[in-house]
Amino acid sequence: MQMKFNLVQQTGASNHQVAYAAFNSNAIYDQKANFRAVTQTTPKNTWVDHLKRIQTDQDQQAFAELFRYFAPRVKAFLMKSGAAPGMAEDCTQEVMATLWHKAHLFDPSRASVSTWIFTIARNKNIDALRKQRRPEPEELTWGPEAEPEASDVLAMQQQSDQLSQAMKALPGQQRELIEKAYFGDLSHGQIATETGLPLGTIKSRLRLGLSKLRQTME
Amino acid sequence: MNKITHHLSDQLLIGYSAGTLPEAFNLVVATHLSMCDECRAAAQSFDSIGGALMQAQPTEDLGDAAFAKTMALIAKGPKVAAPAPAGIDVPDPLSAYIGGGLSDVKWRPIGLGVRQAVLKTSHAATARLLYIPSGAAVPDHGHRGTELTLVLQGAFRDKTARFAAGDVEVADEDLHHKPVAEIGHDCICLAATDAPLRFSAWVPRVAQSLFRL
Repeated sequence: MQMKFNLVQQTGASNHQVAYAAFNSNAIYDQKANFRAVTQTTPKNTWVDHLKRIQTDQDQQAFAELFRYFAPRVKAFLMKSGAAPGMAEDCTQEVMATLWHKAHLFDPSRASVSTWIFTIARNKNIDALRKQRRPEPEELTWGPEAEPEASDVLAMQQQSDQLSQAMKALPGQQRELIEKAYFGDLSHGQIATETGLPLGTIKSRLRLGLSKLRQTME
Repeated sequence: MNKITHHLSDQLLIGYSAGTLPEAFNLVVATHLSMCDECRAAAQSFDSIGGALMQAQPTEDLGDAAFAKTMALIAKGPKVAAPAPAGIDVPDPLSAYIGGGLSDVKWRPIGLGVRQAVLKTSHAATARLLYIPSGAAVPDHGHRGTELTLVLQGAFRDKTARFAAGDVEVADEDLHHKPVAEIGHDCICLAATDAPLRFSAWVPRVAQSLFRL
């Protein structure tokens, strides 16, 4: 079933109803069974296609699927970072709405979908929980807007996948340390003095984006 | 620009990626990333770790109305951010804090020809611009916490090395130094500290209480 709406052009209360219908039409199945179906039948980088469908067609079906997968992860991240459940819930909704609004900025040759959503969730966390502004680096000028090369997209998504695998393969204690650093349980000072942080292990895997960036700058 | 030789530590880049640094440190990191492709790429890598962690963790269920509420937020339209001022002589993240370029900075003398301007950030750490005239020195000092010093213009030297535009010095409790601006150019730096500096002489100590150094 393909449901496409141009939400932006619609106005009034019908928006919610239409959107909710899109979500529910997919939710008639048992949620978990449906979730398994989504993850099993499609390759890892399927979320790239979902995002593209949101980008080009404002495809609510794609958004509903993406929401079902990522929203509970965003909420879990926010709660681990110290948000109370109610606040995490509200912030998650804002994160997912931002995802829709900024979908046109997503470049699959520069980041995986999960990385991109993580950065949106992190910035929301800083803004809403820590009440700070978040200085972001200057945007690079990437030249005329071009469709990213399919090979670059594939390489980035494969590297992200490898990174996930490498993280899973880390010894439990090291993995825990990384989690603590990312979920705010380690202050900067603690990260600096924490010698068990497996930076070498990660770094050898982490030339993500560097070669791509160099190519672009040259 | 000359080649950047002094970079941010992985620890700082992780903290920036995780979002756990004080705002003043984030400002120095974002400004350095705007100038340094190598650290920018490394920061993107650390973002990917965050993405992988977020994806792999156990999930938290949302309320029944979460999707409908999200669609309602979407229907309201995006928040429109103010466009960055164009043609500015400092990177965008910094110009947002100055409210323009270096000519808009409201400098205040802090002695020995050195001038500073404190930027408004959260109180966990302090960010300031430092103007060190050619040949002048910031008084000899040590650190109680971490001090990040990013060179925007000119260059300075201390006993460890020479730092030129784009370079960042990460100083901690172990470093006691006296940065001196190189002859020929005035040196402008963006510095952030998460604890008061430890000056050796009493005059700067008095100044310290007056200028939040």
